Amino acid sequence: MTVPVALEVRRLTVSYNARPVLWDVDAAFPAAALSAIVGPNGAGKSTLLRAALGLVASDSGQALIQGRPVRSALGRVAYVPQRDAVDWDFPITVREVVEMGRYRQTGWVRRVARSDRMLVEDCLERVGMRPYATRQIGALSGGQRQRVFLARALCQQAPVLVMDEPFAGVDARTEASLLGLLSELRDTEGRSVIVVHHDLATARSAFDWALVLNVRAVACGPVSEALTAATLRRAYGAVTTDAPGEQEDLWTT
Amino acid sequence: MPEILDYDFMRRALLAAALVGLAAPVVGIFLVQRRLSLIGDGLGHVALAGVAAGLLTGQAPVWTALAAAVAAALLLETVRWRGQTSGDVVLAVIFYGGIAGGVVLISLAPAGNAANLAPYLFGAITTTTAADVRVFAVLAVVLLSSALVLRPWLFAVSNDEEYARAVGLPAQAVNIALAVMTAVTVVLSMRTVGLLLISALMVVPNATAQQLAGSFRASLATAVGIGLVASVSGVTTSYYADVPSGGTIVLLAIAGFVAAVGIRAARDRLPARDRSAAP
Repeated sequence: MTVPVALEVRRLTVSYNARPVLWDVDAAFPAAALSAIVGPNGAGKSTLLRAALGLVASDSGQALIQGRPVRSALGRVAYVPQRDAVDWDFPITVREVVEMGRYRQTGWVRRVARSDRMLVEDCLERVGMRPYATRQIGALSGGQRQRVFLARALCQQAPVLVMDEPFAGVDARTEASLLGLLSELRDTEGRSVIVVHHDLATARSAFDWALVLNVRAVACGPVSEALTAATLRRAYGAVTTDAPGEQEDLWTT
Repeated sequence: MPEILDYDFMRRALLAAALVGLAAPVVGIFLVQRRLSLIGDGLGHVALAGVAAGLLTGQAPVWTALAAAVAAALLLETVRWRGQTSGDVVLAVIFYGGIAGGVVLISLAPAGNAANLAPYLFGAITTTTAADVRVFAVLAVVLLSSALVLRPWLFAVSNDEEYARAVGLPAQAVNIALAVMTAVTVVLSMRTVGLLLISALMVVPNATAQQLAGSFRASLATAVGIGLVASVSGVTTSYYADVPSGGTIVLLAIAGFVAAVGIRAARDRLPARDRSAAP
């Protein structure tokens, strides 16, 4: 491939309790593009991201970020986990969450420096959450919280941004404005954004590249080539909606 | 000078109480965030076995308790990281193993019986020696400076371990550091609060602060303030009322928690307009 690659997985196999969740997946996501990972529930979409970042152990295969093994390239990728993965009962402000994005750079002895603080304010501004900086994260709506996590990821200043279901439980207006921001990151800064996504309609309209996944990689390429009736039928079964019941049949074929 | 300070043993007890009141909430805030509130309890039980081993062998119980608690903390984190057994089960095994070992070991000590362990379990103001205070001061300085230096990492890992790992922070090392810090806090508490009650002083001031504060920084400051007031006033009350210091300290901390829940409820009933004016 001549196009520079942001994230690539080669022959990736991951299993939980001896049941394969990902089977021999090859996929590459181009740099400076918006890529969607689509597939039915249980297709291994989140697992693909987590394995690519080294958060779950893989049985075989490897992941490369900008051509480097993940271990030596964690500084090049920023991750937005699924929003419901953390319980936010504890009083933590929006700003304190976003500052976490700087901890790798600041290390453990130094405090968060003045330039880091300015960057934190900048990132909050970009996602429209600066007026909420002193609010408790637990008191925000789902969409607002998602913006905060995006700000935290932006703060890492990584060229590759990886997001797990950022639009789940988010209203249409917030989804549109988040998508607008992601396109802006691609267009003005050349960042590469890879998103686990549910909605095939916006995957077609707003994204450049798609991986259709159902344990195996069904298709991977520009959305016009990857999201065809044939590939979606193979991934989802007969109907092109989330149809978790179909997955067992599919991966044995 | 108040009469209470005329006695050497009271000066030592108050100093030890202040040290533990300061340190316990600092370590506890990360435990509460990680939902590991009970780990201090488990390590306290193991420290008890350490105390009994010290009494049996004639070593200073502070050091044997420290060795036992730190070893248990390392074991707990190692087993949990490997993920073969659930953290909950590991904690239970350590918990019961510690207290069973403590009771059996103390029965083997010359003239030893389970009653000898009571001051270690629940705290007693007359037991703090000058040597203890020196050890506690060193432990407290080590604890507080570790917490200060590691604060961002402890915060990130306790709050969202997966994100911390994705950023490239050494999550396992941070978890081990937190477990060892918990073990040290447990030992620091063994004279004034007691090994069975120390977990309360790590958890309750933070639960209280959580009701009142709006940020992590404010929670930490509030919890430390509550911890200090509860432990120093608890030891003072213990002197005048002739009751065990540990129980008194914890009851005072819980009274603070109940008051905070009341304040929070009253504040939440205020119209939103008034609340939005607050910072």
